[in-house]
This record gives sequence, C-alpha cells and structure tokens, in this order.
Amino acid sequence: MLKNIGNMIYWGLTMGDIYSIVFYTFSFVAMYAQIFFFVTFLEKRKHIVHNPAKIDLDNYPTVTVVVPCYNEEKTIHKTVKSLLELDYPKDRLKLFLIDDGSKDNTWNIIKEFDNGSNIFAFNKPNGGKHTALNLALEKSDSEFFGCLDSDSMVHPQALIRMMKYFEKDPNTMAVAPSIIVHEPKNFLQKAQSVEYDLSIYTKKMLGFLGGIHVTPGPFSIFRKRVFDELGPYHKAHNTEDQEIALRMQEHAYKIDHCPDAYVYTIAPDTVPKLYRQRQRWIYGFINNLKDYRHMLFRKKYGAVALFTLPSGLFGVIGVIFLMVNVLMNLTRFVYNKIEEIQAIGFSNINWGNGFSFHFDWFFINTRAVLWFTLIMYVFVLISIIVGRKLAENKSGIPISVLYYAIVYTVIAPFWMLKAIYNTIISKESSWTFERRVAK
Amino acid sequence: MPTHEHEPNDWKKYIIVFFITVTIFVGGLSFSNYLNNKKLDQLKSIESTISLDLMSSETQYSLLEEQSCRDISTSVLSSELNSLADKISYSESNIGTENIDVISLKKYYSLLEIKDYLLMKKITERCGEKSIFVLYFYKNDNCEDCTRQGYVLTSLREKYPNLRVYSFDYNLDSPAIKSMTSIYKVPDDLPALVINGRVYSGFKTIEEIEKTFPELEAIAPKETTKSKSGTTTKPTTTKTTTTSTVKN
Repeated sequence: MLKNIGNMIYWGLTMGDIYSIVFYTFSFVAMYAQIFFFVTFLEKRKHIVHNPAKIDLDNYPTVTVVVPCYNEEKTIHKTVKSLLELDYPKDRLKLFLIDDGSKDNTWNIIKEFDNGSNIFAFNKPNGGKHTALNLALEKSDSEFFGCLDSDSMVHPQALIRMMKYFEKDPNTMAVAPSIIVHEPKNFLQKAQSVEYDLSIYTKKMLGFLGGIHVTPGPFSIFRKRVFDELGPYHKAHNTEDQEIALRMQEHAYKIDHCPDAYVYTIAPDTVPKLYRQRQRWIYGFINNLKDYRHMLFRKKYGAVALFTLPSGLFGVIGVIFLMVNVLMNLTRFVYNKIEEIQAIGFSNINWGNGFSFHFDWFFINTRAVLWFTLIMYVFVLISIIVGRKLAENKSGIPISVLYYAIVYTVIAPFWMLKAIYNTIISKESSWTFERRVAK
Repeated sequence: MPTHEHEPNDWKKYIIVFFITVTIFVGGLSFSNYLNNKKLDQLKSIESTISLDLMSSETQYSLLEEQSCRDISTSVLSSELNSLADKISYSESNIGTENIDVISLKKYYSLLEIKDYLLMKKITERCGEKSIFVLYFYKNDNCEDCTRQGYVLTSLREKYPNLRVYSFDYNLDSPAIKSMTSIYKVPDDLPALVINGRVYSGFKTIEEIEKTFPELEAIAPKETTKSKSGTTTKPTTTKTTTTSTVKN
C-alpha cells in the first residue's frame, strides 16, 4: 500500500486515484460515525430507561400543546382525538388548535373542539407554521410547551413519559419523542418505517452525546422559558424544528430523547410526496447549517458541532457520491454493450455469456471497497435492530430493510441534489404541497 | 436556576473510535491486499504450469520431428492460456494495470503466447493442417477501436474455434513484443492485426476479416458449437484476447 502511495506521489495523481481517495475518505468518515454510535451504545445501554406501562409524576406542571393546521381536514380529527386521550390531568393540559388560513374545512372542524376551558381554537391568516407556533407561544402561560403536527398521533403515555425526563433533570430543556410510521401500508411507507426505527437509535445516541440537532415537529416538548430566553420560532427555511434545536445547542440548552414516547406519523405514501418532504428537510439542514456554520468544529458547542453536523453534511455528499458511482458503472456497462453490438452486429452477440457462471473464487471481488461496504451494512443493520428494539420492542430483521436500502440508494440522492441545487439558486423549499392524507 | 452547559467533550472516545476505525480500515486494506497476492500467486503457478507444458510440447516436437503429427499433444495448453488471459484481464481491473506484479505476469503471458504461436506454426506447417493465426496488437489507453476489435476477435473465436488469436499489449515494455512488431512491421496505428503474416491496421469488422480470409470457412466446425470454455475477453478493461483450442 505504501508503495502505491509512493507511486502516486511520484507519478502525479490520475483521476482514478483522486476518485479512490474521495471514496476512501467517505468510507472512513461513514465508518467512524457508525462506530462512534455503536461505542456510545455499548457504553450507555444500561442507561436506556424503559418506563413501566404506567408512571406517575411527583407533580404535574402545566403544558400547552399546539396543533398548527393548514388544510388538514382529513387528519386533524385523529390528531386531536389522540391528544384528548393523553394520560395527563386535564386541568394541567391545554390544547391550542391553530388554523393557519386553511382553504378547506379545517376551521369548522377545529372550532367544534373549542370548549373554552382547556381546548382553544384560533384562526389566523396564512403565515407559515412558525407564525402559528409563535401565536400559541404568545397566548400560552404554561410551564411547558409542545407542538404536534396535524399528520401525527400521540401514544397516551407519551407526554407523561417525556415529563418524567424534565422532572429527573432540571437542566433538560427539551425532550424529543420517538417517531414511528403509522400503519405503514405500501413499499414506500415500509421503507420509511425502517428509517424511522433507525433514527430512534441514532437520536437516542445523540441524546447521550448531547448532540441532538432536531426537535421534531411531531411532539417535541420544551420548557416554555426556552422561548422566553432565546426568542420565538424562526421561519428557518421551513424547518423551524431544526433551527430551534440548533439555537438551543448554541446556548448549551440540554435536549434529551425519550425512546418510549411514541408519536405515530403518517408517512408520505408516494414518491413525489416523499421527495418534496425530504427535499425540504435537506434544504433546511443545509441552510440552517449555513446559518449556524460558526458552530462547526468548535469544541465549546459540544457534540453537535464536532459530530452531528459534520457527519450529517458528509452523509448528504456521500449519498450523492454513491449515486454518481452507481450511475457511472451503469452507464459504462450500457456503453460497452452498445459498443459491442456496434462492433460485431446484433446477431453475433453471445447473450449467454453474461449469465453462464462457472464458479472460480478467483473472480470474487477482493477490493477493499467491498469489505468497507459490507462492514457498513453490518453497522446499519445493528442500528436498525437496536432501533426497533428501543422503539417497539420488536426483534429480528424485517424484509422492509431491503425496501429501505432500495429507496435510499435510488431516490434519496435526487432530493439531496435538488436541495443543494435550490440552495445554490436560493429557492425555498415549500411546505405547501406537502399535504398527506390519512387513510 | 439550571445551568446551561454542554456535556464535556469526550475526547478519549473521539480518539478511541478513531483508532478502531483506522484498525478496521487498515485491516480491510491488508485483507484485500492479502487476497490479491494470493491471486497473483495463483497466476504465477498457472504460468509456470503452462511454461512446463510448452517446454514439454517443444521437446516432444524436437524428438518426434520425423514422426507422426498426432503424437504431439497441444490441446492442453490452449484452454489454460484462455483461462489465464481472463484472470490477468480481471486482475488488471481489480488490482490495477499499474501494479508491478500484474505487469510482470502479463509480460510472461505474452512470452508464453509467442512461444505457443511459434510452436503451433511449426506443427501446423509440418503436419499440413489448415490453421489461421491472428496476432492482435492493442493498447489499453485511448483506443476505442481496440475495444471494438477485441469484441470482433472474441466473436470470431467463438465462431471458429480453430482460429488462433494471440493478443499483445503494444505498449507493454517487453523486448519480445518489440521484436514481433519490428519483424512484422506493425504500425503504431492501433489496433493492428497480423493474420497469417500479413499486416492490417485499423479496425476490421467480422465481415471484412471473413472476406479477406475465405480459408476461415475451411476451419469452421461442421456443427456450430459455442466455445466450451465460455471464456471471452473482457474488453471493458483490457483486450487480452486468447488463443483457442486446437484439434489435431
């Protein structure tokens, strides 16, 4: 190997060499991140709390949960119903249902819920999710504040389990829940289900590290003073849930994750919907990262600056690199086949050749790339297994892991590229068409 | 009043994880290196077997010069050369065309080809067999036509199993190849073919070759069977076309 590096320096770098260096760099960083998570898991696994089916708090602080709605007539009912079934004293929990200028029947539905005591409906001209949240912040006098996106439902124990984290640690300023895909039906939703389970694992590990960079829209709970001290929600490239987390990290406010506070979200069921949602997320990630770039690699900002943000950025570039790689190989294959047909004529092509296999171990690929890929797959599988165990106490590897692999190698690079493209031409990714329909 | 402070950075963990990753990385690279060396060893052993077989044939030939042609065994060599060509071609793409070991294996392979060619020529002349020898010169870089010529020769070889194709990397630093190119006056306009002693440069289609050499029909097998070994060139990476089976 050293000899090769020597040669490279001596002969000058060819394109292939640069490609190899880039590939190995990505493999190294990706592997580093996975091992970092795994070591954290081994170190902290005893600290993962599993709450009993029913828990009590010493006292029940007041909580406001706001549901911002925009054209959600189909899902809002289920969302509010799940909140009403929360195991939390009714006089300590206020629900704010805010219609952000919907054009459908949303307002009439939420108006019905308003009871003047603990459920309040508000109507305002459309201004974006962050304006709805800020209206609720103005009107709320509770000690705790949370939001629930109107495409999601909560588990009855979710709130009380999260409140336990605040009770145990007065330094905890926000707690993120575990998000699970609600009744995944099709291929795409099953693939996302695996992804969400995987992210429960990474989120818990980031929680241990103090490196959480998103407090997801579906049901993250904050101490209200976070907003009093740091200011209200920002538009933040339509990803206000990423921005507030980064702002908190900037000020060293502790964010934890409660693995058994379940929130069920309706995952996009078609490729265009998923594409739009993810494009918005990645666009938000890149642009919030741009806004908070002063934090990158600065040790005073802790794990989020040293680990989460850099590996997230590498992840985006890595997935694109992987796709370019796959596309290049595919193009080369097609090109060669065409060239062969041109050279010898269609009738002379020996089609059988590509398929007749006589096994000879010599032809097994022994390039290091293959080992790294295998090792990465093993780590990702471990993450999924642990995530599923943490999330829903399920064991084993579901077939949908394959769906996940397919969706994320084939489609993900496109939304990432689009998000980067939009960043370059400064085009905001919109919420507007991202309406999901509950079935 | 709560204090807002980040968890202290666990530098020890960052460093430990770094070393674990480096270990896995270096482990992966060495393991891959180890397997590649195993493969190169296998190639070396194939080459020495072929060399031994060739010598044995040559010796047989010298001994039995005046004797019956049938007693000289030659068929063993060809299929082994075939499979060797495939493996060298694969190694070029897998281990690298610049790899010193791969280059030296390829040089040795070229020598074996030349020896096989010379011997086969003598045998066929003496025994009055109809045979066509193709010497094919190519280069690896910037030669689209070489790739296409590789496809053509592979296809021809499948059609006429008795056609003997020997391929040489024009740029391989080998005195024997240099001698061949100067004897046959092979131009540097590649691909170039030397068919039964005559030189052709530039890409030639199947039809052109068939037209120029009607003798091909004579060596065509009566029943068209695909080459048994199933080995063809891998022109995606190299053009190490191989010899084909001789039937006495």
